[in-house]
Amino acid sequence: MSKVLIVAEHLDGQLNASTGKCVSAAKALNPETIDILVLAADPAPIAAQAAQIDGVARVLAIANPANQHAIAQVLAPQIVEVARNYSHVFGPSTTFGKDLMPCVAALLGVAQVSDLMAVDGPYSFKRPMYAGNAIVNVEAPADQILVATVRTASWPAATHGGNATIETLSVNAALPNHTRFVKLEAGKSDRPDLQSARRVVSGGRGVGSEENFRVIYQLADKLGAGVGASRAAVDAGYVPNDMQVGQTGKIIAPELYIAVGISGAIQHITGIKDAGTIVAINKDPDAPIFEIADIGLVGDLFQILPELEAALS
Amino acid sequence: MKILVAYKRVIDADVRVQVKPDGSGVVSEGVKLSANPFDDIALEEALRLRDKGIASEVVVASIAPADAQPHLRNGLAMGANRAVHVVSEQAVQPLTAARVLLKLIEKEQPDIVLMGKQAIDDDASQTGQMLATLWQRPQATFASQVEVADGKATVVREVDAGLETLQVDLPAVITTDLRLNKPRFIKLPDIMKAKSKPLETIALADLGIASADTLKTTHYAPPAQRSRGVMVKDAAELVAKLKEKGLL
Repeated sequence: MSKVLIVAEHLDGQLNASTGKCVSAAKALNPETIDILVLAADPAPIAAQAAQIDGVARVLAIANPANQHAIAQVLAPQIVEVARNYSHVFGPSTTFGKDLMPCVAALLGVAQVSDLMAVDGPYSFKRPMYAGNAIVNVEAPADQILVATVRTASWPAATHGGNATIETLSVNAALPNHTRFVKLEAGKSDRPDLQSARRVVSGGRGVGSEENFRVIYQLADKLGAGVGASRAAVDAGYVPNDMQVGQTGKIIAPELYIAVGISGAIQHITGIKDAGTIVAINKDPDAPIFEIADIGLVGDLFQILPELEAALS
Repeated sequence: MKILVAYKRVIDADVRVQVKPDGSGVVSEGVKLSANPFDDIALEEALRLRDKGIASEVVVASIAPADAQPHLRNGLAMGANRAVHVVSEQAVQPLTAARVLLKLIEKEQPDIVLMGKQAIDDDASQTGQMLATLWQRPQATFASQVEVADGKATVVREVDAGLETLQVDLPAVITTDLRLNKPRFIKLPDIMKAKSKPLETIALADLGIASADTLKTTHYAPPAQRSRGVMVKDAAELVAKLKEKGLL
């Protein structure tokens, strides 16, 4: 039977929703046990949140001042000490997990399955390649620890109501001091988090300027939606990079995705393929976004968006 | 200072990749191949560090079939001083690639290894991190800004929460994100000059590396097709449709 260890992602004492999505993927293995590992300077508040996720047996907490910031080469040796007792080690396919989990795999001397999107068996998975243009079946060896990152957009958020036991651990691992955290400049936003929002409104090059992007924000606020952007809008400086949706940005799966002034390049579509309903608003009737949109509207966004807002009030 | 750039050849980013009907792979015959876009950014960054006088030599390295020589010559034409071609007819998985690169590091003793944050074919995003781990050196992944001074690199990283700045001691592995730079175009005289630059070939088998290619890809399928959508004529009809679907 499988024993799954999940590496928790957190920031400022808050557990990231991606951790619960890893639990959903772990449940699909029908394992003997699912444990969550929290590494932090002060893991207690995060461990308490992790313990509430349904289906989790134990939360293991490692407190160390060196874990104040998530530096992959510092976290990985500690994770490996714990991972040896498990058959599977999962982390989220966010920038945190993508940075960290290959280090864990390399220390264990095993391959890693990236962006796990479906489970066919304990060592049999599906994952996307070629910007989501091919879905491949991957078979991994059963005699090695399986390290994977979980594609968060493919899994539902875990339900709460669990009551896992919390244990503190201390591990003996030599930690490097070759890397120093300097600062984190967060894109401040009161809007719902892009990756967990039920509704997302995204703007592209068609929006035209940073100032014009306010029409996107206004519509999003009307809908209580998160705000995303295409690479073109980010590169043009309309919005910060952490709003980018696509192969090289965030991969999201909201119930409703409204693409405004986005042509729909392959790399963008990769990021939204799993959205429930895709709405496209574009003045070019031949834009590729209309090939995947469930509802399309051809026209000038500066005329349509105010009308849309009016119709919503 | 020497910079090693890992430089993968992949199906060009603008090709709409097709899965073969028998599920054995993707159509690669007659398809345009190019440098992985993130690796072009890595090479550009290395060349800029050389232009500033920080680096003295830039070496491009690729693990690729014998017919990939023009790919390495492209890297030389862009400006690399030398190329190393590890010849392997089979594609290697990230941990094996990291082991190969570590062998090259032992030989070349670079101060920085620059590479893309992911290859756009397997989309794994692993090799740089695995290499840093095996090398027991720092990593700065998803870089959108790199400054090198006094044996350290200060790197701005694109993370989900925004922009994170790390300072790492050299030597180190840095993986590049899209916004780090805009790679230069290759000029015709540079293509001519590249023909006489050193290009070393090494057979993968001669490196004595244990393969870590333990993952088997058994079947390729095209992604699930979304059913054809409907067009609406105005905002009011759009709102009505969304209400009908229970989304508003």
